[in-house]
Amino acid sequence: MMPAAPSPVVTLRRAALLWTAMGLAGAALLPWYAQPDGVLAFDWIGDFGGTAEASGAFTLVLRHGFWWLWPLLGALLGCLSLPLLPAHRRTIGTVLTALAGAGLALFWLQGLAIGVNGWTADWLGAAFGAIDGRQFGIGAGATVVLVALLALLSLGLAARGAFKGDAFIAGAVVAVAASIVIFTVWPVLRILVQAFNTTEGAFAPALLLERLSAPKIWALRCLWGGGGCGVAWNTLFLALCCGAGTTALGLAFALIATRTAFTFKKTLRVLTILPIITPPFVIGLGLILVFGRAGLVNQFLDSAFGIAPTRWIYGFQGVLLAQLFAFTPVAFLVMIGVVEGVSPTLEEASQTLRAGRWDTFRTVSLPLMKPGLANAFLVGFIESIADFGNPIVLGGDYGVLSTEIYFAVVGAQLDYGRAATLALLLLAFALGGFFLQRRVVGTRSYATIAGKGDAGLPVALPDGLRRLAQAIALPWAAFTALLYVFVFVGGFVKIWGRDHTPTLQHYAKAFAIERGPDGLLWTGAAWHSFWTTVKLAAISAPLTALLGLLAAWLLARQRFTGRGALEFATLLSFAVPGTVIGVAYVFTFNVPPLEITGTALILVLCFVFRNMPVGVRAGMAAMSQIDRSLDEASAMLRGRAPQTLAYVVLPLLRPAMVGALVYGFVRSVTTVSAVVFLVTAEYELATTYIVLRVINGDYGLAIAYSCALIALMLAAILLIQLLVGERRLGRRAAVPATAPVGRA
Amino acid sequence: MRRVFRISCLAVAASLAAGPAFAQGNLNVYCSVQAEWCALIATEFQKHAGVKVAITQKGSGETIAQIKAEAANPKGDVWFGGTGDPHLQAAEDNLTDSYKSPALPSLHAWAQKQAADSGYRTVGIYAGALGFGYNTELIAKKKMTAPACWADLLQPAFKGEIQMANPNSSGTAYVAIATLVQVMGEEKAFVFLKGMHANINAYTRSGTAPMKAVARGETAISISFVHDGVTEALAGFPVKTATPCEGTGYEIGSISIIKGARNLANARKFVDWALSPAAQQLGAQAKQFQVPSNKDTPVPAEAPKFADIKLIDYDFAKYGKTAERKRLIARWDSEIGALAK
Repeated sequence: MMPAAPSPVVTLRRAALLWTAMGLAGAALLPWYAQPDGVLAFDWIGDFGGTAEASGAFTLVLRHGFWWLWPLLGALLGCLSLPLLPAHRRTIGTVLTALAGAGLALFWLQGLAIGVNGWTADWLGAAFGAIDGRQFGIGAGATVVLVALLALLSLGLAARGAFKGDAFIAGAVVAVAASIVIFTVWPVLRILVQAFNTTEGAFAPALLLERLSAPKIWALRCLWGGGGCGVAWNTLFLALCCGAGTTALGLAFALIATRTAFTFKKTLRVLTILPIITPPFVIGLGLILVFGRAGLVNQFLDSAFGIAPTRWIYGFQGVLLAQLFAFTPVAFLVMIGVVEGVSPTLEEASQTLRAGRWDTFRTVSLPLMKPGLANAFLVGFIESIADFGNPIVLGGDYGVLSTEIYFAVVGAQLDYGRAATLALLLLAFALGGFFLQRRVVGTRSYATIAGKGDAGLPVALPDGLRRLAQAIALPWAAFTALLYVFVFVGGFVKIWGRDHTPTLQHYAKAFAIERGPDGLLWTGAAWHSFWTTVKLAAISAPLTALLGLLAAWLLARQRFTGRGALEFATLLSFAVPGTVIGVAYVFTFNVPPLEITGTALILVLCFVFRNMPVGVRAGMAAMSQIDRSLDEASAMLRGRAPQTLAYVVLPLLRPAMVGALVYGFVRSVTTVSAVVFLVTAEYELATTYIVLRVINGDYGLAIAYSCALIALMLAAILLIQLLVGERRLGRRAAVPATAPVGRA
Repeated sequence: MRRVFRISCLAVAASLAAGPAFAQGNLNVYCSVQAEWCALIATEFQKHAGVKVAITQKGSGETIAQIKAEAANPKGDVWFGGTGDPHLQAAEDNLTDSYKSPALPSLHAWAQKQAADSGYRTVGIYAGALGFGYNTELIAKKKMTAPACWADLLQPAFKGEIQMANPNSSGTAYVAIATLVQVMGEEKAFVFLKGMHANINAYTRSGTAPMKAVARGETAISISFVHDGVTEALAGFPVKTATPCEGTGYEIGSISIIKGARNLANARKFVDWALSPAAQQLGAQAKQFQVPSNKDTPVPAEAPKFADIKLIDYDFAKYGKTAERKRLIARWDSEIGALAK
């Protein structure tokens, strides 16, 4: 596969020495530890080397007696010996792998062993003797060394023949794996081990069984009418309904949007997007105002027919309704790429063989959409079990795992052990969904985008199916529109649902701008959190998409050991509820070696690693449709891995890319449970601000702010679509529905 | 950034006005009261002490979770406000530091007692009584009489009209159960809770949700802290409150210094200030109507008068302990939580 480079050993040596030099320069010239005022404060230059806080690694070991940095620096220095080694690729690779691997291990060991108060465990002090040094979080110097060591490790692995000897793929796998391990696996594991601990922190594995077998989790009383069921059954049942419902709705919308001549497709698309860009709690509050006991529908029924208002919206039905509203768009985004991608060639072949439109759909189109259906179901299922906002607003008595976990952490009992146990259970459900999806999709090929000329015209839907899709999707869309009109109006009235005198006071309070003596004064209460949110979301969205699609490409296209583990790890942060991730991040990143709480960085990282799984899923679903022959053709034309990725795969992945970017941005703006513990006075986010307003009962301001956010996200989505552009498949436009082809 | 800038501008202006009190360091406050109150606290303390205040607002449950998670390397200095239970829990878990403020003698007896009970790790800054909230329109429409006593809640007329929180998740609900146990005795209290179960339409997860449901007319009656009802009424909802005639419990909104605080001197200064009348009347300015803990603080006119409320001598030392809480909640779970609707 790899075209033979002129002299691979020379290139390898050059690359390895370059990375080593970079690492050493970083260690020597940049401060090893984090600076109190952030990366962009350069006050350390003045007294560089003077204090331990403002010293490079070499000054630290030579002048300040930080001897524990020697071994890892030694590993890096060892890489300078490469020119002395025999010019044999494999030997160099082995030495590089060993040195870089040892360096990385030493890096983390010393970081975990010595913290802000010296040794982090008593036995370490007993074993190595007392030290008077203390370590803060790693800074610029340590980061450069870390990156250099990772790069050297991938060079070494590739040179040893792993990853087909391709250094780019090796680097990509190492980078993706390292980042997921550091920012997802490590924090999640740190919190999950709490399930084995008593509330005092002592290790007691028997406790897990006791916690797991609690009747509150597994009771089945509801089946014979003797009270509520356990939270586990509640969660599972809700998630199955939500997964099935969102997949069906998503498919109906995707079919209408791509396979019919429906006039208001654009409107439909906007409508399906709306719930996804709605800040949390808004849908729930809107549903209460429409269907609640004092809501529009009940009041109307009461006054018109004398039907006594009921509270049916609280409980399973209400939560499911809200979740269908909230997650159908995600299913739609997953489905549309797949439905668009199904090649008309096969459908035309089927019709040529005299199959009717319904048979064609049932035996050709639908099976080809299977990866999309399975992915959409998986996303709907997992979204449902991780959802927190809707159950908390509409759940009433109906407890699910996510709310139960939240209250185990912040409620009256503060029981991390119970929270971790329930989180484990939730993770097991997610894992179950994941394997189920794998079983359904299996190992069959669904590739229908190949590099072969004209693929023909997509077949119109069978009439019955078209009507069915429309009968499901259109009322749903109308209903969504109604709900949003109602919410939108809420921002312009004095008290939502009560005093409907028109007013602009909520917008004025949130977004006032005054003309001061020196320019504009942003006096509105919401501006601070608004700009912080925009900034952080704009930074994290491209990172999310990049990392997500890179991971998807590696998982779908490359074969390497540990691929399955990596695929599962990418899903991990998605399946763990936000509250658990938030607490896990505080636990893990409030202490050295990575002390980043209270910074904007931790928020960006939380966004990226929490939202990346959808990018991965969308990317993998889209990639399963693109025939490998395109990659192979590129390789045969001497295109290397990065070129194939940039010129062949990425352009075909545009819908998935749009999806990942949009999702990354939108979820960064709307996420709440994960960031509650991470926001500070300086980095306050829009959602946390809105939630606090809701808690204070200040709905007008919350709604006004939410509408502004919706407008912002719509603008961002349009901008993203404009920048990324559409995928051109070289297919002709869809058929007009009035001219059905091949009616049997 | 803008807020920090604004706050530092204020700090500079304040220090110029106050002469020598130039910005003397920082203070990180975790604030569990309502947003406007938190903001007032920040700016006013800056003016008072010339200390740069960074305030992070979170619910009390979230704050104690955060303090516990950060225990290895604390980032906050002082925790202002929020119901007393989690403050007592933090004291029990050794997450907060003991400090005897010189302002203690000027406080009401209940605040002094709570401070002594906790080993001076926390001290009350305000108190709010437990009671009922009811929707006046719904009560009138259904021709019911508003509840005035605990016993009224057993009336068949209220079937499916009462909401209270679930003690597994809500501190408010736990205060309600502990109150009933102290008013009636434990056995009678659980008989009462079982009887009331027929009238309950939901045990919500959040403690403030029942009062919001009352405000929006989703339920007629809630068991809540009465000052929450005042806030809803001021927002324009048809809400009135009552306190039970047999006697009721209360919460003590507290302040604690976080163990390992980096700005300990400023944190202590802040506690002294928070207990002063000047600081305590800021609550009323932010439209929060609890009863301040300093005897000299003027009680806001809107605040439910403690003199008119039959308060019990709530035993915070006993019912604030983790073991007792676990026992009562477990009993509630098996005897009431498991009942059919």
